[in-house]
Amino acid sequence: MKILVSVKRVVDFNVKVRVKPDGTGVDLGNVKMAMNPFCEIAVEEGVRLKEQGIADEVVVVSIGPKACQEQIRTAMALGADRGIQIETDQELDSLAVAKLLAKVVEEEQPGLVILGKQSIDSDNNQTGQMLGALTGMPQGTFASEVNLVEGKVEVTREVDGGLQTLSLNLPAIVTTDLRLNEPRYASLPNFMKAKRKPLDTKSPADFGVDISPRLKTLKVEPPAERQAGIIVGSVDELVEKLKNEAKVI
Amino acid sequence: MALDQETLKQFVDTVRRYVRERLIPLEDQVADEDQIPEEVINEMKDMGLFGISIPEEFGGLGLTMSEEVAIIQEMGYTSPVFRSMFGTNVGIGSQGIIMDGTSEQKAKYLPLMASGELIGSFALTEPDAGSDAGSVRTSARLDGDEYILNGTKRFITNAPRAGVFTVMARTGTREEGGRGVSAFLVDAGLPGITLGKPDKKMGQKGSHTCDVIFDNVRVPRAALIGGVEGQGFKTAMKVLDRGRLHISALSVGTAKRLIDESVLYSTERKQFGTEICNFQLVQAMLADSQTEYYAGKCMVEETARAYDAGEKVSLQAASCKLFCTEMVGRVADRAVQVHGGSGYISEYCVERFYRDVRLFRLYEGTSQIQQLVIAKQLIREASEQTA
Repeated sequence: MKILVSVKRVVDFNVKVRVKPDGTGVDLGNVKMAMNPFCEIAVEEGVRLKEQGIADEVVVVSIGPKACQEQIRTAMALGADRGIQIETDQELDSLAVAKLLAKVVEEEQPGLVILGKQSIDSDNNQTGQMLGALTGMPQGTFASEVNLVEGKVEVTREVDGGLQTLSLNLPAIVTTDLRLNEPRYASLPNFMKAKRKPLDTKSPADFGVDISPRLKTLKVEPPAERQAGIIVGSVDELVEKLKNEAKVI
Repeated sequence: MALDQETLKQFVDTVRRYVRERLIPLEDQVADEDQIPEEVINEMKDMGLFGISIPEEFGGLGLTMSEEVAIIQEMGYTSPVFRSMFGTNVGIGSQGIIMDGTSEQKAKYLPLMASGELIGSFALTEPDAGSDAGSVRTSARLDGDEYILNGTKRFITNAPRAGVFTVMARTGTREEGGRGVSAFLVDAGLPGITLGKPDKKMGQKGSHTCDVIFDNVRVPRAALIGGVEGQGFKTAMKVLDRGRLHISALSVGTAKRLIDESVLYSTERKQFGTEICNFQLVQAMLADSQTEYYAGKCMVEETARAYDAGEKVSLQAASCKLFCTEMVGRVADRAVQVHGGSGYISEYCVERFYRDVRLFRLYEGTSQIQQLVIAKQLIREASEQTA
């Protein structure tokens, strides 16, 4: 079985991002970039399925500027077999990404597509679901466990109030939650091997997909600064303030 | 092998992440339990860290010295005991074989060392010999096709886990000094080898050293490194030369951590109504540490580059070891000072680092030995010019 994994290049999760003074977005100049953590979990899951002998090939795809080849190489160092980059400098909506991925699915015919549940830059949490709609494939989102049994995939989902387990016919789409696995650290020999693994570069035009944006960012603002707290003298004072000032009780 | 910049960067980034996400959170536990968790050791094996200096043909990564110092600087950012676990395989435990071993010795030991399956230890120091390597007393007497080893080695890093020791032992007379010393590869399981109790050290909890006692230990003739007697001293000196750069890079990495910890603390701790980083006397300490760190980093990276270019760097490597290890001592001292009373209690890591880095000025040649190496070479060069 072939597994397709998508990865996104985002600001490293350790970086404290700054909003641009003109409010048009986040300042990305000289900021460390890395693979979206949920995508990393997706790669790890694909590689584990391959190591268990369930999958025989893991293909990784990334859409974005030339630099996103770095994340594809990292995914290949983690164990993916080959890469596809769809190169564009344009900022993409979730729908444009889903449409491009749908075309890749059509070409590659994977048995399973694994995506991160969302990317930590825009936190949209849409692409996997949209890809499900576009391809007609069943989807198991927010997976905390994935098991392949007799031509089906059982996906344990983290839902409000507990866990839900679905059985999906293959081919299927899975989006990963944080607890699905703990990604490994790639070894240096594997980084060297990754250099020699095939990486195809394509453009959105190759797939005939219209990627023009349907959404417009009006304004980006940093969260309001947290106000300093106060120390109250007694429980009575606390209750009084919670009632009359904070108005929460 | 020289890596392309992108691959090296990716690996250095991975080591950096591993250090920050995995190892730093474990520092206190490792110090308290005096033990690195087995799973961490296995992760370091999987990442290839045990084999970074071992040639590719023997299953290692065969990194250049420049690449090695880049990675060791990253490892220096956390407790030095993690590095110590694979440090002997990268340095003193394997380099003797790489530099002077026979092809059989290389084939037998290096692949196992590269994977981390076998831990190599270096046994030179004795109760009465250390920096004065020429006065080694441990003896190796040829008896038929075997050597018989007798003697005690002291402070042997990783000895409790070692699978093979590089043992410096005297095959010649005591009058011969260094020329009478040979290097042997001694499998740790041989009858007659016993280990002393682990040393109770000032710091570096989680890394273990102890005495290794050889009592009529019989080793085959093929255990003699390079197959030639009397080369042991030369081998030891070459091994230590390269090791000096490694320890220098480690010191530079630790200095960086101490500076980061100091800056962070000084921006949070308030006195007289403001963060202490706003006081110029605190700023002076931060600036001095940063400047010295940067000087050390430049020295190490430049000397590694020269080493890779095939230049002779004994004097530079000794200069690096002298400066960088003393430098990190001063940086650690200032880090404690910036932390004030908090720097003296173990809740803050600078207290632990202060004790850990003290070792850097002692092992693989004390600062005073580096001074002698540097001065002797300067004098020798001057006399060669006038001759």
